[in-house]
Amino acid sequence: MCGIVGLLLRDPALRPQLGAMITPMLDALGSRGPDSTGIGMYSEGGAGRVRLSVHRCGPEVAWEEVAVELAARLGDGAEAEVAGRGDSALITWTGELDVAVSAVQAMAPRVRLIGFGHVVEVVKDVGGAAEVCRKYDITSRHGYLAIGHTRMATESAVTAAHSHPFVTAPDLCLVHNGSFSNHASVRRRLEAQGVSFDSDNDSEVAARLIASHLAQGDDVEQALRWMAKDLDGFYTVVVTTPDYLAILRDPFSCKPAVVAETEEYVAIGSEYRALAGLPGIETARVFEPAPQEIYSWSR
Amino acid sequence: MVTLSCADLSTREVNNALRALPDGEKVILTDPRGRHNLAVGLTNRLDVTIEGNAGYFIGGLSDGPDITIEGFVGWSVGENLMSGTVRVRGSASQSAGSSAHGGMIVVEGDASLRAGISLKGGTVAIAGDVGPMCAFMAQAGTVLIGGNAGDGLGDSLYEAVIYVAGEVGALGADAQIEELTEDDVATVQRVISIAGFDHITAGDVTRVASARTLYHFDTANSSAY
Repeated sequence: MCGIVGLLLRDPALRPQLGAMITPMLDALGSRGPDSTGIGMYSEGGAGRVRLSVHRCGPEVAWEEVAVELAARLGDGAEAEVAGRGDSALITWTGELDVAVSAVQAMAPRVRLIGFGHVVEVVKDVGGAAEVCRKYDITSRHGYLAIGHTRMATESAVTAAHSHPFVTAPDLCLVHNGSFSNHASVRRRLEAQGVSFDSDNDSEVAARLIASHLAQGDDVEQALRWMAKDLDGFYTVVVTTPDYLAILRDPFSCKPAVVAETEEYVAIGSEYRALAGLPGIETARVFEPAPQEIYSWSR
Repeated sequence: MVTLSCADLSTREVNNALRALPDGEKVILTDPRGRHNLAVGLTNRLDVTIEGNAGYFIGGLSDGPDITIEGFVGWSVGENLMSGTVRVRGSASQSAGSSAHGGMIVVEGDASLRAGISLKGGTVAIAGDVGPMCAFMAQAGTVLIGGNAGDGLGDSLYEAVIYVAGEVGALGADAQIEELTEDDVATVQRVISIAGFDHITAGDVTRVASARTLYHFDTANSSAY
């Protein structure tokens, strides 16, 4: 199983409600994935600061100490802000993204990087959708784009690091419902090319593969085609970038997906249940994506 | 007339309430909001209307009721239906009418992949188009497609027969187009009249049935599987 959601708000008036809209979508799919829950939320207004989403290994890691250590590691006087909430924190900093990423990665395993870029914040944790959304107060979040996942683990362990979404390039999120059968061989090939992994999760291989193609100059759609060519298995994948939402299903449509489109938003859910509470759903264009066809929407 | 609200009741409560009703009762289920497993396993002759879009397995395993969904449905509507009817006013997702032993599943819109998969004697009537792999391994029964059929139609068919009013995509392994007989026309006419399809002419459909070369495994045929 697993449940996936995506929500692109076309109407700026809805942006204060991004979290309030995505929470019931995730909750409706809680039964498809009770093991862990993750959400990526895109919002503007960061004033050019980099955003790093991190997850701590436990409450013994105090966010205040993380802030002090990070400031020492970054060491240029520009203070990094660490806004902790539960076991996740959003770090913002004025500086180079790769410098900040390296500084945070050096703090593993006490603190693990789960998202990075300029507009995305990622929250992921073990537990069902209702519990995780409550713990991280998702309903209050603002933004213009969200991607989410409720996980029923089949291929690898139940930890925050194994949870979706996977962020493998700046502001790039991927969620996956299904399983890849040849992920180990694709992983070995990517590792031989110098790609490193955060987990042994099969979906992370898809996200790394897409990131490696983006790094070679492909766009997301081309990268998705490479993924469909190289990875064998069952999948519905949803990918988001700061201005783009895309979905792709396997050749047999073994995993479900429903899309609802209105003037105000584009919403994706594994099942219609996830979309049933959205405003104006009665008159939305509701359809199922055809197998192996990439559907995408830009801001 | 009985009204049950899916907003107030769990799926199990809805189904238990339905099973407790006497034959002939009319029931309206409100607020389905994509809920799965509504009106499953009913053995009484109810007239159930689901007011809205519903989820997976609607009407599945039932033996007797007439169920109408005033919207679209998710996967496997009318799965393993024994008798009665399940009518979808909108479109159906994958595996509509899968493994149905009897009764009729009517989809007034389109149906997605694998409609009528493993059909075991029931009738699946779709007014619009069907996706790929329709009637895969269907053993007995009738599939009527009012629109066009996707690729892989009738792959590995046994004795179920498919009638297509529109265009047939690529046929599946061991499926073949056969001449339409008078019996076929009578069968299609009967399905059309029960389903209420007025856009199909019974004598103007394509019959697809099994070439019967893959019934028993034979190494000589291994490349065809």
